Amino acid sequence: MTTRTLISPATLARPRGRAVYWTVFTAVVVLFALAFLFPVYWMVTGAMKSPDEVARTPPALVPHHWRLGGYTDAWDLMQLPQHLWNTVIQAAGAWAFQLVFCTAAAYALARLRPAFGKVILGGILATLMVPAQALVVPKYLTVADLPLIHTSLLNDPLAIWLPAVANAFNLYLLKRFFDQLPRDVLEAAEIDGAGPLRILRSVVLPMSRPVLGVVSIFALVAVWQDFLWPLMVFSDTGEQPISVALVQLSQNIQLTVLLAAMVIASIPMVALFLVFQRHIIAGIGAGSTKG
Amino acid sequence: MTKTAERRPVPRAAALPDPAPPPAGGRRRRRIADQARAYAFLLGALVCFALFSWYPAVRAVVIAFQKYTPGSKPQWAGTANFTRVLHDPEFGAAWRNTLAFTLLALLIGFAVPFLLALVLNELRHAKAFFRVAVYLPVMIPPVVSALLWKWFYDPGAGLANEALRFLHLPTSNWSNGTDTALVSLVVVATWANMGGTVLIYLAALQSIPGELYEAAELDGANLLQRIRHVTVPQTRFVFLMLMLLQIIATMQVFTEPFVITGGGPENATVTVLYLIYKYAFLYDDFGGACALSVMLLVLLGAFSAGYLRLTRSEGDTP
Repeated sequence: MTTRTLISPATLARPRGRAVYWTVFTAVVVLFALAFLFPVYWMVTGAMKSPDEVARTPPALVPHHWRLGGYTDAWDLMQLPQHLWNTVIQAAGAWAFQLVFCTAAAYALARLRPAFGKVILGGILATLMVPAQALVVPKYLTVADLPLIHTSLLNDPLAIWLPAVANAFNLYLLKRFFDQLPRDVLEAAEIDGAGPLRILRSVVLPMSRPVLGVVSIFALVAVWQDFLWPLMVFSDTGEQPISVALVQLSQNIQLTVLLAAMVIASIPMVALFLVFQRHIIAGIGAGSTKG
Repeated sequence: MTKTAERRPVPRAAALPDPAPPPAGGRRRRRIADQARAYAFLLGALVCFALFSWYPAVRAVVIAFQKYTPGSKPQWAGTANFTRVLHDPEFGAAWRNTLAFTLLALLIGFAVPFLLALVLNELRHAKAFFRVAVYLPVMIPPVVSALLWKWFYDPGAGLANEALRFLHLPTSNWSNGTDTALVSLVVVATWANMGGTVLIYLAALQSIPGELYEAAELDGANLLQRIRHVTVPQTRFVFLMLMLLQIIATMQVFTEPFVITGGGPENATVTVLYLIYKYAFLYDDFGGACALSVMLLVLLGAFSAGYLRLTRSEGDTP
C-alpha cells in the first residue's frame, strides 16, 4: 500500500528519517515479541519443564529437557479428550443451529416481507442494547425450567445451542448482506418458478460465502471462549467444556500439567486464527468501522 | 465511506408487482400462503429470541420484586430485594471495583492500543507479523489467559516478579495485594482484548485520505499538529464507538476476577457480575441476583443506547 500516512515518504527517505524509522521499527518488533509472543512461549515451554524447574528462581529461559510428559499427563489425568469433545459438540451445534435458523430468519426479514417484519427486526435489534451477561440469571432460570413444556436443559448441549441462535449481531449481519444481493438474479429465479427455500439454498447461500464465513467464525469462537454461561449450566463434570473444566481442575493439579492443558485448550482457536487470519483480520477491520 | 455506492439497492424494484397477477380470488389465498412461508422461515429464530432474550429480560424485572428460591413458589416481596442488596457491604465494593475497573481499563486499555495503532500505521514492514501478534491473545480462551496471568503474578516464581528482580526493582504482590489486585486484573484484560481495538482503529486510520496529511504538511503543520487536526477528527466516530463498546464490555467483567483472585483480597476485586453470580449460586437468592441485574441493565442500557445511536446516525448519512 502506498497511501500517504502521518509521515511523508519524503521524510522517510532522508537519512535521518530512515534511522528513526528503523529504530522505531526494531523497538516495536521487540515490544510485540515480549508482550504478546513471550507469554505464550513461556506457557508452552513451562509445560515442558520438570515440576522443580518450573518453580526455580531465577527461571530457565529454555527447558533443560524438552519433556512432553506434561502434555501426555494432562491428556490422561484431566480427561482432556472428553472435555475437548464436549466443547467441539457444543460449538458445532451452536454453529449449525445459528446457521440454519439465523440464515432463514435473516432471509425472511430481507426478502419475504413478513407482516410486522419491522417490529420483529426492532425487537431483535433491541436485544443488542441489553448486554448478554447482565441477563444470565433469568436466562439460567428459563433454561432450567422451560416455559410451557417444563423441561430442564441443564447439563444438555441444547442449553448452549438454542440460546446461541438468539444472536442479534449475526442475524443482522446476515440480513444486511442479503439486502445487498442483486435483485435481478433473485427475481430471475422467482420467475423460473423457484420457491423461497430453493432460492435460499441455490441462489442466496452460494452468493453469501463471505458473510457465512464471518458468522461461522464468530459462532465457533464465541462458544469456545465462553466461560460464565457454561459454568452455570453444566454442573455435571462429564458435560463441561474445556474452559470450565480447566478452572475447576486448576485448584489441585500440578502446575506443569495445568500449563500443558491450557496450551492444548488454546490450540484449536489459535490454529483457526492462523489459518483464517487474513479473513478474520480483514473482517474485524471492515465489519466494525462500517457498522 | 466507500461502501455506500455498493450498498444502495437497485431502486426500481421497490414494490414490484407479481409477475403474472393471479385471478382476484386466488390472490388473497396466495398472500396468506406467502406470509405462512415467511413465518415458517422466521419461526426457529423467533422462538429462541423469545425464550432466551425477550422473556429473560422481562423476567429479570419481575423476579427482582419477588422472593424467589428454586423449587418453591415465588412470592411478591416489594422492594425487599433492592433494600437487602443495597445494605450488603459487598454491594458498594462491587460497584466501586467495577467502576474503577472500567475507568482504569479506559486509561490503560484504551491509550495503549491507540498509540500502538498510530505507530503501526506508519510502519511499512512486517505488517502481517504485527497484526497476528497483537491479535494472538484475543484468540487464546479468556480462561487460559486468566490462568496464565495468575501464574505470572505468583509472588514466588511468577514471571512478573522475576522480571522486576531482573531489573533490580522491588517486587510486588500483584493480584494478591489489596492495592494492586485491581490494576493487575486490568492489565490482564487489556493484554487479552486489545488486539481487536488495535485492528479496528488501524482500519480507521487507513481510511484517512492521504491528501489531508499532505495539505496539512504544506500548511506547515508539524507531527503533533497533524495528529491533532487530521488524525483525531477523522477517526472520532470509531474512537467513540470503541470507547462505548469497551465500557459496556468491562462493566460486565467476570472471568478475570473469578479465576485469578476469587474476588479477593478483602473484596478488592469483587465486580457487579461476580456479585450477581454469588447471589444466585452461593446464596440461592435469585431475587437479589435479579435486583442487581436490573441495576446493571439500566446502566448498561444507557451506554448501549448511546452506542446504537452513534452507529445508526453515522450509518444513515448517505
